[in-house]
Amino acid sequence: MNVLEHVMVPDHQIMSEEEVQQLYSLYTITSEQLPKIYHDDPAVKVIGAKVGDVIRIVRTSHTAGRAESYRLVIKRPKK
Amino acid sequence: MPSPKRIGKIEFGLLSPKEIRTMSVRKIIWADTYDDDGFPYPQGLMDLNLGVIDPGLRCKTCDQKASECPGHFGHIELAKPVIHVGYTRLIRKLLRVTCRSCSRLLLSPEEIEKVVGTEDDLTGDVLSEKDIKKERLCPHCGEQQLKINFEKPTTFSEIFIDDGKKIEHKLTPADIRARMEKIPDEDLRHLGINPDVARPEWTILTVLPVPPVTMRPSIILENGQRSEDDLTHKLVDIIRINQRFKENQDAGAPQLIIEDLWELLQYHVTTYLDNEVAGCPPARHRSGRPLKTLSQRLKGKDGRFRGSLSGKRVNFSARTVISPDPNLSVIEVGIPLAVANEMTIPVQANPFNIEELRQMVRYGPHRASLSDPCGANYVIRPDKRRLRLAEGNLETVAEMLEPGWTVERQIRDGDIVLFNRQPSLHRMSIMAHRVKVMDGRTFRLNPAVCPPYNADFDGDEMNLHIPQTEEARAEAAILVAVEENILSPRFGGPIIGGIHDHVSGIFMLTNQLKWHSKEEALYLLKNIGVEHLPAPGKQEEGRPLWSNKQIFSTVLPKELNMVFRASSCQNCETCRRELCERDAYVRIIDGILESGTIDKKAIGAFDGQIVNRIIRQYGMKRAAEFIDAITHLSIRAIMMNGFSFGIDDEDLSKTEYGQIEEVLSNAVNDVQRRIKIYEDGQLEAMPGRTPEETLEMQIMQVLGKARDRTGEIAGRHLGLGNSAVVMAVSGARGSMLNLTQMAGCVGQQSVRGERIMRGYDDRTLPHFKKGDRGSDAHGFITHSYKSGLNPTEFFFHAIGGREGLVDTAVRTSQSGYLQRRMINALQDLKVAYDGTVRTTGGRIIQFCYGEDGTDPMKSSFGDPVDVKGIVESILKEEV
Ligand SMILES: [Mg+2]
Ligand SMILES: [Zn+2]
Ligand SMILES: [Zn+2]
Ligand SMILES: [Zn+2]
Repeated sequence: MNVLEHVMVPDHQIMSEEEVQQLYSLYTITSEQLPKIYHDDPAVKVIGAKVGDVIRIVRTSHTAGRAESYRLVIKRPKK
Repeated sequence: MPSPKRIGKIEFGLLSPKEIRTMSVRKIIWADTYDDDGFPYPQGLMDLNLGVIDPGLRCKTCDQKASECPGHFGHIELAKPVIHVGYTRLIRKLLRVTCRSCSRLLLSPEEIEKVVGTEDDLTGDVLSEKDIKKERLCPHCGEQQLKINFEKPTTFSEIFIDDGKKIEHKLTPADIRARMEKIPDEDLRHLGINPDVARPEWTILTVLPVPPVTMRPSIILENGQRSEDDLTHKLVDIIRINQRFKENQDAGAPQLIIEDLWELLQYHVTTYLDNEVAGCPPARHRSGRPLKTLSQRLKGKDGRFRGSLSGKRVNFSARTVISPDPNLSVIEVGIPLAVANEMTIPVQANPFNIEELRQMVRYGPHRASLSDPCGANYVIRPDKRRLRLAEGNLETVAEMLEPGWTVERQIRDGDIVLFNRQPSLHRMSIMAHRVKVMDGRTFRLNPAVCPPYNADFDGDEMNLHIPQTEEARAEAAILVAVEENILSPRFGGPIIGGIHDHVSGIFMLTNQLKWHSKEEALYLLKNIGVEHLPAPGKQEEGRPLWSNKQIFSTVLPKELNMVFRASSCQNCETCRRELCERDAYVRIIDGILESGTIDKKAIGAFDGQIVNRIIRQYGMKRAAEFIDAITHLSIRAIMMNGFSFGIDDEDLSKTEYGQIEEVLSNAVNDVQRRIKIYEDGQLEAMPGRTPEETLEMQIMQVLGKARDRTGEIAGRHLGLGNSAVVMAVSGARGSMLNLTQMAGCVGQQSVRGERIMRGYDDRTLPHFKKGDRGSDAHGFITHSYKSGLNPTEFFFHAIGGREGLVDTAVRTSQSGYLQRRMINALQDLKVAYDGTVRTTGGRIIQFCYGEDGTDPMKSSFGDPVDVKGIVESILKEEV
């Protein structure tokens, strides 16, 4: 089953290296300051993202219409 | 100021015996503290090398006086090793994962690799107890492993089976320490322990650090006797036992005695570290009070963390009981003169204010009455020396005063102060008010600001803080002021507004069209500061008359346009608008109330439609003025006729009593009839329900309807002439249900939404037959509060009432804990200038605050823009 097809799962995409650099300079941040997502997250597995990739998540929002957020894929620590 | 530093890492480790001896300045061997002359014993627990607490003595280590010496550690050499209670779980784990003979990990290199990964590709995981099978053979030496039993607080034993009998062999701390010493460094790394800073054998103490005397000062009682700190008491015990232990050991005492002493030493060291361990009786003071030892100093609400580090006490604050004063503005707070005389604001002297300050210094600290100007309590010289002002030195200090000095002047009218009521659950729990110095001994506030503080006057106390710098005062005035916090960020509507009598009063003033003489009009508007009466609405017998709506309109801004339905609206199927017989259709055109009644919906806290519109159109400052005007007007209005409620306001006439009785007896009979049907097995169950459940639902429905009917009958008799009806209809307080229960019938009492079923076998009380399903046997109260309840009804009422009390108690404790956790998680987040929500470290939490960047306070009840309201105010009619 593909979780991305479920209505309640927002769109996940892997960002290109350029887009990531743009993102970093837009917010003047390093990868450490991004929100994180685990490598074994069902949505991450579906789009085939690897540890170190940055994912763009686009949600439909009640108030804003469309809301983008970005997450850095990290390895899930045990326990 | 030093620049901020980034913390790279924090290393947690154990103190090794070597480190303990290195940091120690003295070996402590005597349990005694002071000799007969009150001088510390050398090598005793109060040794002068450990620091000094008595003024006049000097520290033998650093040669400083009592106030400067930070104190120094000593140490006690223990006769035999003992376990540190804080590490028993680590010790248990290590005993279970290592070999009892060769002390290596009970896993082959391949098995380790599976979890930890290879040297170049570490998984980052560490081994846990679960990765090792119980009682296996050691893969390194082949030794059969034994089960390790742990008994709280500090007993470890091995269990082996001999002749089919379980034999328990106790491990001494020395045995355990020997095993720990042999565990290789490499194996420890696989377990997530860094052997460079935490060798496991260091969890078994061989030497005990003695904290500096500065951490455990003795106090001198009134009778001149010394009273030692709890820690010192405990250390005395440890040294005594340690001494006896050593003597017995040297004398070659029998094993049994040695073991007893060993256990005793273990007990004392355990309770010294933590006096609340499970399975260990707490060590007590002579008075029977449990001792406060190391762990108890840190733990809990009054511990070092929550009590001393996170919790702070402040100066320039006051606390007293609050009471209401409707004549104050909502932005003011009344402060007793006694408080105002104690509290000060520092003012720097400069050429422009020096004469004024000189005068304040001359007035001195004693302001005798409200009409006196404020004085000053202290003067601070440029060298930071404080001079206390008193009767004798006022004139001389005033003469000495020069630019550059600071005068701490008393609080006076108009000063800005922070006002707070616990529990401070939202930001409106602290707001800035303007001072009004008053007589009396309580803080005074306008009842209209009670809702944000959730305050009432049944003995509530509130706190007051005086901002001490210009920046703090500016922040208070711009961000924290009452007039900046009328809107709640919780729902984007006004949280300050009329309550109770404000609502009743304004309802009675504006309901239906009424005409007032000039005298009455002036009486009503006296406190509002209206300069000119509007042109009279009509003339009668040559006398000018003003309508009640006209009088109300004087407090409205001139360009206000809005249309809405009042609280008293019944949501009729077809609204008759201006012709509504309840006068619930409110229409304000160009600042004139054309029709409708002003009540909770218009000016109440939480609802306040007019307040809300004024804020959007004219700003919060105008809204604060409006709230002041409306509260003053409504209080004049309620005073015109007076407003009270007495027991006879619940009286009905004979006709109504007859009707109520009939309704109730019909209902009770109907219930009996349905029970009969059920008992005959004729009752048809509803889908998905058992017949019992169906019957219960029917009974609840019949009785509920009956109660409502009695309410209607009572309501027909009690019109707007009844104060309770006025309060219910206007939304000031209470509901028609309360009135129903007072005058009609209290109705069904319930526990968890069902009729009362608990009690004895098959019945609620011994007054009823077993298996009685009737209405009276399960908590239906036919009487009203006025007529009085009979004993069984009273008992059922108490049962039902208890549920409500328990629910609120549980809810507040649960939501309080939830709030604490949320605040701990969120307290340091802020919205950065680029609109992102970030932690103090710059980590992003949200890329745009709330996804849409909207300030919920400025939203309109959650929506970004109040389209309907804007359109209506321009079209001047309902859309
Ligand atoms: Mg109270
Ligand atoms: Zn010292
Ligand atoms: Zn072995
Ligand atoms: Zn209506």
